[in-house]
Parts: sequence; C-alpha cells; structure tokens
Amino acid sequence: MTAAVFFGCAFIAFGPALALYIFTIATDPLRVIFLIAGAFFWLVSLLLSSVFWYLVRVITDNRDGPIQKYLLIFGVLLSVCIQELFRLAYYKLLKKASEGLKSINPEETAPSMRLLAYVSGLGFGIMSGVFSFVNTLSDSLGPGTVGIHGDSPQFFLNSAFMTLVIILLHVFWGIVFFDGCEKKKWYVLLIVLLTHLLVSTQTFLSPYYGANLVSAYIIMVFMGIWAFFVAGGSCRSLKLCLLCQDKDFLLYNQRSR
Amino acid sequence: MLTFMASDSEEEVCDERTSLMSAESPTSRSCQEGRPGPEDGENTAQWRSQDSDEDCEEDPDRYACSGVPGRPPGLEEELTLKYGAKHVIMLFVPVTLCMIVVVATIKSVRFYTEKNGQLIYTPFTEDTPSVGQRLLNSVLNTLIMISVIVVMTIFLVVLYKYRCYKFIHGWLIMSSLMLLFLFTYIYLGEVLKTYNVAMDYPTLFLAVWNFGAVGMVCIHWKGPLVLQQGYLIMISALMALVFIKYLPEWSAWVILGAISVYDLVAVLCPKGPLRMLVETAQERNEPIFPALIYSSAMVWTVGMAKLDPSSQEALQLPYDPEMEEDSYDGFGEPSYPEAFEAPLSGYPGEELEGEEERGVKLGLGDFIFYSVLVGKAAAAANGDWNTTLACFIAILIGLCLTLLLLAVFKKALPALPISITFGLIFYFSTDNLVRPFMDTLASHQLYI
Repeated sequence: MTAAVFFGCAFIAFGPALALYIFTIATDPLRVIFLIAGAFFWLVSLLLSSVFWYLVRVITDNRDGPIQKYLLIFGVLLSVCIQELFRLAYYKLLKKASEGLKSINPEETAPSMRLLAYVSGLGFGIMSGVFSFVNTLSDSLGPGTVGIHGDSPQFFLNSAFMTLVIILLHVFWGIVFFDGCEKKKWYVLLIVLLTHLLVSTQTFLSPYYGANLVSAYIIMVFMGIWAFFVAGGSCRSLKLCLLCQDKDFLLYNQRSR
Repeated sequence: MLTFMASDSEEEVCDERTSLMSAESPTSRSCQEGRPGPEDGENTAQWRSQDSDEDCEEDPDRYACSGVPGRPPGLEEELTLKYGAKHVIMLFVPVTLCMIVVVATIKSVRFYTEKNGQLIYTPFTEDTPSVGQRLLNSVLNTLIMISVIVVMTIFLVVLYKYRCYKFIHGWLIMSSLMLLFLFTYIYLGEVLKTYNVAMDYPTLFLAVWNFGAVGMVCIHWKGPLVLQQGYLIMISALMALVFIKYLPEWSAWVILGAISVYDLVAVLCPKGPLRMLVETAQERNEPIFPALIYSSAMVWTVGMAKLDPSSQEALQLPYDPEMEEDSYDGFGEPSYPEAFEAPLSGYPGEELEGEEERGVKLGLGDFIFYSVLVGKAAAAANGDWNTTLACFIAILIGLCLTLLLLAVFKKALPALPISITFGLIFYFSTDNLVRPFMDTLASHQLYI
C-alpha cells in the first residue's frame, strides 16, 4: 500500500466530485452554503440510522452470530430509507426558503429549484462518499498487504469505484427526486428509493465485485440519462454542446471574458 | 464575536453620529447625497456598497430617501441576502484553514498529543481511579479556567473604560510576541523533529526572526490584508494547539461547554463585560482592540469626503483593518467570542469612489475554540476521520446559523454557543454511535 494507491484511489473516488465542486459550486457562495447544508442533512440522517442500529443491537444484547448480519442488513435498509426521508425534508426546507426569499424580494435572486436539486444531491453524495471511504483511504497509506488472508487484493480499487458511483448516483437522485417533488410525481420518489435500496443491497455481494460494480454503474448511467432529461437537456442541446455550436453557452463564455 | 465591518479607517471621525449608532434603528438610513445626516443608521450602512449608491444614481426618485418610508421595503433585504452569503464564505475560509492547520499538525506531529503536564490553570489531575473523581476534577478545572478568563476580561474592560491604552497595548504586544516567537519556535522544532529534518541554529534564527517580526508588523501596524489574515490564522492555530496539548481530556470538553455559556452571557446580558466593551468602543467610535479580531475584508475608500463635501480628499488609508494583536496573554485570554458592529467612518450617501468592501469580523477566540474542538476530535478519535469531519461540518453549520441571526438582529452576537453545541453533540454521537456503524459497514464493504 503505497502513495500511488492512496492518490490513485483518492482521485478515482473524489476526482469527479472535486471537479464538479470547483467548476460549478465554488464560484457562488450561496451554492457552497447549500452544499454544506445538504452534507449536514445527510450527516443527521446517518446519525439517526446509527442510533436505531445501536438501539436494536443493545436490545438483542450484542450476541454474535448470524443475527449480527441480519441486524446489519436491517441497519443498511433503514439507513437508506432515512436518507431519502431527509432528502425529502431538505427539499421541503429549500422550498420554504425559496418561497420566503421570493416573498421578500420579487426579483429573482435565489437559485432555481433545479440548481438546488443538483447542489443538494452533490452535498449528499460528497458526504456519503467521504464517510464511506476516508478511513479506508487513510489506512491505505500505512503498512500492510492487501488480501494476504485470501481476501480480494482489489479491495481499495473496488471501494474507490463504488464510492465514485455512489457520489454520482446521489447527484442524479437529487435532481430526479426534487423534480418529482416539484411536479408531484410521487412514483419518482418511489423509484429513487428503490434504486437506492437496490444499489445498497447489491453491495452485500462483496467480495464478488463484478456483478456488484457493473450493475451499479448501469443504474448510474440510466439515472444520469433520466436526470439529464429532467434537468431540461435534450438530444439537440447535447449535440449542439458537443459540436461546440451552442450559441448561448459560447456567448455566455465570451461575456464573462 | 461576530460583527459586520464598515470602514475601518484610522482617522475615523468621531462625531455626533456615532453616539446615535447603537440606538439607531437599523432600517432608517438616508441616502441623500451630500448630506452627512447625523441620523443615518450606520448599522445598515455595512450592507451598503457601491451597488446601492449606483442604484441611488440610477433611480434617484425611488431611492432618494432610503431611510424614509418612501423606500422600497425589499431593498434592504435584497442587500442583506446578497451580502449575507458572501460574508458567510468569507468566514468559512479562514475557519476552515485554521482547522486544517490544527488537524494536520495533530495527525502528524506526536508532540501535541503527548501528555506532558498541565497548565496551572487546570491544576487537578485526571489520573484518578474513579469516574466520579475524574468528573469532579474536570469540573473544578473548568471552574478555575473560566474564572481566570472572566477576571481577565473584566480587567481588560476596566482598563479600556479608564482609557489605559498604553497598558493594554503593552499587554497585547507581550502576548503576541510570545505567540509569534516562542510558540512558533517550539512548533517549528517539533515539526522538524517529526520529519527528521536537521536545521542549524542560524537558519532557524533567521526564519523565526523574520516570521515573528513581519507578524508583529502586520498585526499591530499595517500590512497587506491577506498577510494579516494569515498571521491571525497562524496564531489562532498555535494557541489552539497549546490548548489541545495541555488541557486534559474531560476538562477540555467541559471547558468548551462552559465557555460557550460564558460567551452567551457575556455578550447578551446588559452588564456582560464583552457587551460593555463593544458599547464603549462604539460610543468612542473606536475599533475594538484591533488584533483580537479577524476581519474578513478591508475598506478602501478613495475620494471619500470628510466633514465638508467641498474638499474632496484624495486617498484615504489603503488598508486599516485595525488588526492588532490578540490579547491572549498566556492562556487567560478574554476571548472576545462575540459579534459587534464597528462604526462606519465614511458618510453614507457621499460619493464613494473606489472600492469599498464590507466584511464581517470574527473574534480570534472563536477561531481558537473551534479549532480546539476539531483538534480534540482528531486527537481523541483513534485515527478516525469521520468524527473530525462531522465536527467540522457541525461547526460550519453553526457559524452559518449564527451569521443568519446576525443578519436578522444586526447587533453583536456570540459566535461560540451554536457552533460549539453542534460540535459537541456531533462529536459525542459520531464517536459513540456512528463510528461502530460505519466501521462495520466498511469492513464488510457495504455502502449505504
């Protein structure tokens, strides 16, 4: 476990999130604040789910054996549900804040709900990824040999890729979720919850990484496409963007120069 | 201590405006040009910037008398929101930097986590056989520490009230000398030891001398704002490291709790020492002990007229954020974890050409105690980063909420209570509840 592993895994897991942060969030102070508030909400949801898990463990008197595994599974499922609940709570808070801002000041200075959806998703994702991976990362700097007892030697790589997919998934889930709430399409919330549960329960397949990671990435691609269309993108705009013919974008860039 | 900074020019005019400042309602403000109205509500002036003056010019009919009922009600709130987020980030960055320095040092340099005795302010040891005894000792330590702080603060306020400026300046200079030279020397020594780098005495002397001398100049006199801010962050980090090293475990947590209660009381109660300090400073239209305060922006006004509009003076002082040293005399510091609003020196409504940045001020005590909390979390948590991160986010959110309250109430506010409360809650809950959960998940490679 060398510095190469540390830096490699760190950039795999957090590179895209860092890039998203630097290019889209760091420029506007209000977005940074909403990002940190989103991270805080995720943290509180984790706290709540840990409390429940701890209580259940205390109730079952900490016996070892298969019951611990079932408790863990229960903990994971409960945690996912609580996370989505807190996403809903954050949505409600942002809605109220938005309305408050609008009533105070009719001119549009507050960020739009779509932007807040993205920012909150990123906040949730970053916090989730960091909490899952940072301890593993710091261990990777120390001495040791991975897989010496017969476990998979790809432990770190797998964790890094899984963290990346979770972060991106949270971003897409946030966008889709908020849109569903705005348009009162409640089945969207259900779909988000179910896909989240699916991704989390798939991780029970560790250490059989293949199916686990591949299906998580497939889900991420689907969610990404859905989020793209929900956020207002279209095939045409994508084509224009890729061929650098997007007039609005080019004009905007020129203006800021 | 959180405050909004108006302009901090050294030659602040002390006139009849200033005594009206605290009594003034925040919303009344005259925007008429050329009229240095004494009834201007300076408190709202902080929010004003060039934008509002430009607005005045563009739409004079609408904004002719901003302090008067003809003014659109949304303008003030819009400015509030526009500048609110910027101020929050202007404080997030230094607080984050200070915490990063402290956490990086704690995680790498062994010296600051070794137990090498205690301060005389916390005489009771925590190496006791029973839990109850330990708790009692930590409470006693806290009582002693807090009373030292209270006595020092009251002493400082009394000195300030009776205008013993020389004594105060001497005290501040002594303590910043100690911080900038002695503590830096120790810190540098320990860092070099950790990384096994040899440094000869002449080089060491040169480095420490330059660092300290430039620091003294920047903090007590004039210097580039960024350098001043950097030095203040460094000395806050050094102070926090000293606290982390020398305060015993449980005493540190109890002290953190007690000092946020003290902060609340000292700033909000009418007879609280810090509040009296703020009010005295506002009455005299002086900045409060520059150097106990971190200021996030400078005020640089060009062509700002003074008493008579006809004589347009040229450049005022480029920077004078009044950064002197902090009065951390050893460890009995009057921590100034409070917010205040500094008086506005320029005349609102005059033509303010040139840049003028409004900023927020935060007391150095706040930096120190935030960093102590996060540093303790980093030191105590068995190499666990989750606890440190949770405390960090909790403190930032507390600071955000405090700034929101500052925007609402527009007066001096204590910056410690909310953040420290959140920080403590998250520390204990993450350490005891979340950590086992996340560890179990991570070891099975489960993701939630």
